Amino acid sequence: MSVDLSALPVWAAIAGSVFLVLGAGLTLIGALGLARLPSFYTRLHAPTLATSWGAGGMVTGSMIIFTAAAARPVLHEILIGIFITTTTPITLMMLGRAAVYRDRSEGDARVPPALGVQEREDVQLAMPPTSEPEKT
Amino acid sequence: MSLVILSAALWAAQTAVAVAMCLCAWRMARGPRAQDRVLALDAMYVCAMLQLLAFGVRTGNTLYFEAALVIGVLGFIATVTLAKFLMRGEVIE
Repeated sequence: MSVDLSALPVWAAIAGSVFLVLGAGLTLIGALGLARLPSFYTRLHAPTLATSWGAGGMVTGSMIIFTAAAARPVLHEILIGIFITTTTPITLMMLGRAAVYRDRSEGDARVPPALGVQEREDVQLAMPPTSEPEKT
Repeated sequence: MSLVILSAALWAAQTAVAVAMCLCAWRMARGPRAQDRVLALDAMYVCAMLQLLAFGVRTGNTLYFEAALVIGVLGFIATVTLAKFLMRGEVIE
């Protein structure tokens, strides 16, 4: 289905543009955080900006524009928003647990020990060093 | 008038998402560990989906939303599989 965008009313163009730029700007801020934050567990939070209001803003903007241009409700973009907001917590939780498991199995002292082994005396909880050790 | 506003906003949005994709690619190349690369790949999938969404608005064709949805589903499956691989060392046990 194709719509004629030149028949778009000005109010819809302004509202849709605001949401599109908002969503893209939040995506950019999230990617900036992904590139700049110091450790993996802090970087894990940055792309959620893109998946919450980044995707939400762009989906809302395109819904406004297509609804106004087609002169009838065009709501199937909301599927993308629902899907992204539902699946992102699952993926990031699994990734965070995998990272914790890998750090624990390597004996990384910066990761808190698993439940039930807090009484072990050979586990020393140290302050995190300022720079990350180089590992692959 | 509305076309001018819309094309300027779409230019800004697509440029911002493209810069975000470059930052994700930099993080994926830099690492330093495997989970950072997987996280950057997941963020890049989301950016590709948003880029396609903006392209669909620019062309005025709703065909691109199905493609964006497919990219979203594939990104979810890829990240879950890679996280499982990082944890277990294998995908199917």
